[in-house]
Amino acid sequence: MSSAPPRSTDERLGVHPFPHRHLLGIAGLAPHEILFLLDEAEQWIALNRSTEKRDDRLHGLTQINAFFENSTRTLLSFEIAGKRLGMDVVNMAVAQSSVKKGETLIDTAITLNAMRPDVIVIRHDASGAVRLIADKVDCPVLNAGDGRHEHPTQALLDALTIRRRKGRIAGLTVAICGDVLHSRVARSNILALGTLGADVRVVGPPTLLPPHVERMGVTRFTDFDAGLEGADVVMMLRLQSERMDGAFVPSPREYHALYGLTTERLARAAPDALVMHPGPMNRGVEIASAVADDLNRSAIPEQVEMGVALRMACLDVLTRRQRGVEGWA
Amino acid sequence: MTLAILNGRIITPSGVIEGGVLCRDGRIEAVGAFDVPADAERIDARGKYVAPGIVDVGVFAIDMPAFVAGGITRALLMPDQSPPLDTVALIQRAAAAGKPQVWIHPLAAATRGLHGTDLAEVGLMARGGATGIATGRDWIADSAVMHRLLSYAGALGLVTVSHAEDGGLARGAVATEAESATRMGLPAAPAEAEALAVQRDLLLAEISGAPLHFRQVTTARALDLIRAAKAKGLPVTCGITPAHFLLSDVAMGDFRTFARLSPPLREEADRLACIAALADGTIDLICSGHDPRGPEAKRLPFSDAEPGMAGAETLLALSLALVRNGAITIERLFQLLATSPAQRFGLPAGAIEPGAEADLLIVDPHAPWRIDSEKLVASAGNTPFDGLPVEGKVMTTIKGGTILG
Repeated sequence: MSSAPPRSTDERLGVHPFPHRHLLGIAGLAPHEILFLLDEAEQWIALNRSTEKRDDRLHGLTQINAFFENSTRTLLSFEIAGKRLGMDVVNMAVAQSSVKKGETLIDTAITLNAMRPDVIVIRHDASGAVRLIADKVDCPVLNAGDGRHEHPTQALLDALTIRRRKGRIAGLTVAICGDVLHSRVARSNILALGTLGADVRVVGPPTLLPPHVERMGVTRFTDFDAGLEGADVVMMLRLQSERMDGAFVPSPREYHALYGLTTERLARAAPDALVMHPGPMNRGVEIASAVADDLNRSAIPEQVEMGVALRMACLDVLTRRQRGVEGWA
Repeated sequence: MTLAILNGRIITPSGVIEGGVLCRDGRIEAVGAFDVPADAERIDARGKYVAPGIVDVGVFAIDMPAFVAGGITRALLMPDQSPPLDTVALIQRAAAAGKPQVWIHPLAAATRGLHGTDLAEVGLMARGGATGIATGRDWIADSAVMHRLLSYAGALGLVTVSHAEDGGLARGAVATEAESATRMGLPAAPAEAEALAVQRDLLLAEISGAPLHFRQVTTARALDLIRAAKAKGLPVTCGITPAHFLLSDVAMGDFRTFARLSPPLREEADRLACIAALADGTIDLICSGHDPRGPEAKRLPFSDAEPGMAGAETLLALSLALVRNGAITIERLFQLLATSPAQRFGLPAGAIEPGAEADLLIVDPHAPWRIDSEKLVASAGNTPFDGLPVEGKVMTTIKGGTILG
């Protein structure tokens, strides 16, 4: 009934292939915009595999990584991506920040903005927090994970990994398995892979599947074996340790028995099914080591590699407007 | 002092009549046609309704400018103050806060500190001016405490105002389990958390015989329970705010914290059930739930923001939509806003009739305006209706024959 005021974050900019100021989520991206980012990432894979891993097109720009929630691999991935493009990269970790001293998120955003960064990468434990900050700053913002809401670069790197290994995404059956309820990776992947034409399933114990998740266009399975049947891609999710001991599932060993991916279980999926995991893995809980380490099946190290390339593409594309790149101004 | 309101459409207990209202020394002297005394101050109410002043059950703040702008002449104050209204002295102070303007009728904290464990001195607080008792923002989780509370308060003839959300299911939740919450990744509780709480409280009210009022009921299932309880003759009533009969959970889109409410916004089917329940009498009253919250409570990530909306000055304009849509009549609307709440809590108000206290409002039902959170006179502008064009503006608010604004 009430009409929302126009939001700067939804503002569409010009007619170029990625007309968004920020990357806050997969929601709102058109299929061709997603594919554009994947295509842009391809060039960086080659660079990252060469000896001279350097392209100075973002030289002189400042990237702030503001991580309000602990992270090792995503922070590192964004830091390497920024540095390989020649940016000055600064990390603000929550332990060293004034957030602990009671400063509000908005004040932190205003402070960060006053440092005149050219791009800000944010992770926060509250859904919607990254958008809140994006509304208050003048430069592009990349969402590196907000609560249970979205983790768009993870979904994009997963899509890139699948596309390179399978040659396509449309028509594939992808089973996203485990703690979907608390997972921003699952939400972004449901949106990204669904938009690109995959048949997405969510598989897990009923206590860890979000209510009405079918309305996001997925099929819901609580029987792990049934959910794996014929899947082309099996994407396992991390189960946080605080949720294993009686809160959402009775115990880690029961979880492994019912929902852990083993070699025997994987046999139900397509013969060439790809196994993925956003990391960090709980070996012996959601995934058995034999599956995780199977080079023919597991794309887990490749996901990390694609992550750097994909994030380089996002940093490059989102800063084109302010850099005055031809056709993007 | 004499005040003559002329040429209006007067909403009286026996229907809408054309004419005027004559007020003298704080009371209504005549309704309809009368000779205007020479010394009377005249107000021309042509094209407008003259209605009883709104009796608003369950506000969270004393916010005079907002009450006056909204046509509210009496407000029942929730005990959720700082400190909670759990002693006689605090009740007396709150009861005196509004007079002679908008009268504040405090609701006594049902339990000490609103902790939900030990009974507060509700008998003494009632003598000190408490109009009823309330569990506060939360449900009382311990059934034994609620049972004793209802028995005790019932014997004193006090109405208990309960918050209907099962504490276990709703713990940590900021939304209703539905597609919106799933897409946004918000912690959510099933809508049935409400019916679960209502059912328990109804059973306890039945065995204790105590009068019980649910401040807000917002789901089809819970309304069904209340409908059935009323059919059995239980002394139970319930209220609702405009947010729950006009908005559904999609209003939370873009993580708009002004739409973070308690109970949370529901799905569309429940919203429609609320409108049906307003029409069939299951819902007894409409309240503002006025809870002004500044940016320090609202300019936060959705889950971290405090619940609540500033509702006093938009209450009548938003409720008039029910009349325009044909869901209820104008007479029924003022039953919901004034007559029923006054009767339920034993207040001498809510009806325009000779001898009654002159608590009135004059509303132009067609005056258009746009709700603008920046321009509200309330102490904060946290309204989920920001930007909405509405029709119906309170032109004058009169308490005890005195024009407040």
